[in-house]
Amino acid sequence: MPKPKVAFYWCASCGGCEEAVVDLAEDILKVVEAVEFVLWPVAMDFKIKDIESINDGEIAVSFINGAIRTSEQEHIAKLLRRKSQLIVAFGSCAHLGGTPGLANFTDRKKIFDWVYLKAPSVINPEGTIPLQKTTTIHGELTLPEFYNSVFTVDQFIETDYYLPGCAPPPDLIIKAIEAILYRNLPEKGTVLAPDKALCDSCNRRDSKPEKSVIKEIKRVHEVLIDPEKCFLDQGIICLGPATRDGCGQRCINANMPCRGCFGPTSRVQDQGAKFLSALASIIDINNEEEIKKIIDSIADPAGIFYYYALPASMLRRRI
Amino acid sequence: MQKRITIDPITRLEGHGKIEIFLDDNGNVEKTYFQIPELRGFEVFCVGRPAEEMPRITPKICGVCPTAHHICSAKALDSLYKTQPTSSAKKIRELMYSTFMLEDHTLHFYFLGGPDFVVGPTANPAERNILGVISKVGVDIAKKVINLRKECRDVITLIGGRVIHPVCGLPGGVSRPLNEEERLKIEHVAENGVEFAKFSLKVFDDIVLKNKDYVDVITGDVYKHNTYYMGLVDKNNKVNFYDGDIRVVTPDGNEFARFKPEDYLEHIAERVEPWSYIKFTYLKNIGWKGFIDGTDSGVYRVAPLARLNVADGMATPLAQAEYEKMYSTLGGKPLHNTLAFHWARLIEALYAAERMLELSRDKEVTDTNIRNIPVSIPEEGIGVVEAPRGTLIHHYKTNTKGIITEVNLIVATVNNAAAICMSIEKAAKKLIKNGEISDGLLNMVEMAFRAYDPCFACATHLLKNDNRLKINIYNKNGDIIRQL
Repeated sequence: MPKPKVAFYWCASCGGCEEAVVDLAEDILKVVEAVEFVLWPVAMDFKIKDIESINDGEIAVSFINGAIRTSEQEHIAKLLRRKSQLIVAFGSCAHLGGTPGLANFTDRKKIFDWVYLKAPSVINPEGTIPLQKTTTIHGELTLPEFYNSVFTVDQFIETDYYLPGCAPPPDLIIKAIEAILYRNLPEKGTVLAPDKALCDSCNRRDSKPEKSVIKEIKRVHEVLIDPEKCFLDQGIICLGPATRDGCGQRCINANMPCRGCFGPTSRVQDQGAKFLSALASIIDINNEEEIKKIIDSIADPAGIFYYYALPASMLRRRI
Repeated sequence: MQKRITIDPITRLEGHGKIEIFLDDNGNVEKTYFQIPELRGFEVFCVGRPAEEMPRITPKICGVCPTAHHICSAKALDSLYKTQPTSSAKKIRELMYSTFMLEDHTLHFYFLGGPDFVVGPTANPAERNILGVISKVGVDIAKKVINLRKECRDVITLIGGRVIHPVCGLPGGVSRPLNEEERLKIEHVAENGVEFAKFSLKVFDDIVLKNKDYVDVITGDVYKHNTYYMGLVDKNNKVNFYDGDIRVVTPDGNEFARFKPEDYLEHIAERVEPWSYIKFTYLKNIGWKGFIDGTDSGVYRVAPLARLNVADGMATPLAQAEYEKMYSTLGGKPLHNTLAFHWARLIEALYAAERMLELSRDKEVTDTNIRNIPVSIPEEGIGVVEAPRGTLIHHYKTNTKGIITEVNLIVATVNNAAAICMSIEKAAKKLIKNGEISDGLLNMVEMAFRAYDPCFACATHLLKNDNRLKINIYNKNGDIIRQL
């Protein structure tokens, strides 16, 4: 029997998801044995012609990482959808938009203005900015369109599964690959990670009081962080209550709070809204105005609550 | 008949890279363009974020060298809050950083740069990859590479929480101390690291330096540019990845500038071209004269060979001996041979391993005094490190509450962007003649670029069927006339 064809493609991403695959270490050799790669970022040609020459539906699974920010990325995501039986949105950016999704608080014009015209190291008296088409004496050069917003993969194409995390941890990657190879898959649309909140398995859970109660919010640089105690109980914003479990508490192990890279559980539609309600419930004040005052004291609540998930949120972007 | 060759994609640099080669009527190269078709706008969407989140946000620029952005950002916060990390915190940061440099440099050699030499620059592309390397050097060595990578990445995870996007850096320190058991474990990895780095230099010696053809390629004119060089040096003018002054030397090797990172805007400027989303840096005090080398052009280079060229030597004994060997073997200093970046990278890996070992044996890394809590009103901060790919600068301004109001980033590879364009064009002009094009020749064009950039997917060469390049040759009507 021929090996199943697998594609691994990146859109607006950092390369961390590729590193995560290499971090499978010796297991990667087993994966290479079991599948036939037909596309890998950088590794293979992704010219339209070559991908199109594969029959529709011939690729068993395409893993797409990175958000969608340019016309080229949209185009290739759609092409892969047509060619693939399954699409897995791989990593926070593909799943939720990711941290670069915070760019939905701004827009293309502001980005171009700063990066190419106003940044202090730029010397650009002619006001040159990159163009989709440049005519030189040698010929025409093109660049893809840079969209005004960052999008998740499922905002452009039907997505079968999600592998969460920035980047997804090796144990979940291997499990997902095995599930696909052995056709042992859950319901379509499932996020391939435990469906419970990070707090449920947090190793600080035991030290957490029955009910956390806080009177003020502190920022991580302002205080010595107790390495045993629940962050929220210390007044430090930790997105654990609004975030799916499965990361192995990587940040918490380094004594830093969760920022939500796994996104919410299946019961939650909007991670930021979920966190806000979780936070309100532990503020030890009954006066609504006082609660508001405390929440207003949070530095950049929108940025923190939607650290990884702005494009996937009900907010999506600043209008 | 005018022809056009498109190599797309060529790189993972911030996404993708693309090369357009234009041929004249005789089939010789007239002009090449190296384009970066992507942008994510970090400098703009970081505005409004709390400064202390920057060490967690900016690593997302690059998942291959997140540790570089993380530490650079933490240093920018030190500067922003006018504080310094405690002595143990500084050592923990540098320990993590040395581990990262060792891992990144070593892997580049085996997974990326190595195949061109170990398997051969014009070898069958299906074999010109890590599996080809394995069959040439043996499975045992491959397992050694995989294990060393894993051990190093476990050390970074231990200190930073996560290896892809660490989280431990804070203004004035780190978030978590090390205990004695952990220190011993790291020391053990460092011991392996030193042995492995020595071994890698021996592999380079056996396979590359003992092969006259390779040495001729390295020292030949195809891969050579007489440029300025930039890099961090310590107070003794030795290479340093974590701290120091930025030094610039002329193509003749004389000191052109030596400045504090805070003064970077007096020395570095960026140019915009309409055909690429990447910017091109140059020496401000010389000016932009185009994509050309020489003393009159502001183009400079960064990363391993540049760092060795700007320094007077290495701060550790084994790396110093290798440093002397490289310059005496290839003849003189500075070295302008682009492919010598590979050798310089391995010498730096050895330095990183030795430094890692020194720090892991320093009992102060287990001191629990790891934080200086900032007390100053924040305003402006600049941090610098040497990333694997070169000098990296983070520059932030904030309001009095420490909310970011302005960000400027000089990312390592941007420093080399102009030189990369030039190297590609020169190699293409020297290698492609009379319209004769082959996969091997085009790979040799790619080698001009590969020498600079360890950020290619390690996975690139992990595939059995490496169809990395498809080259379409068009006539002037845009019709494909030949496909390779």
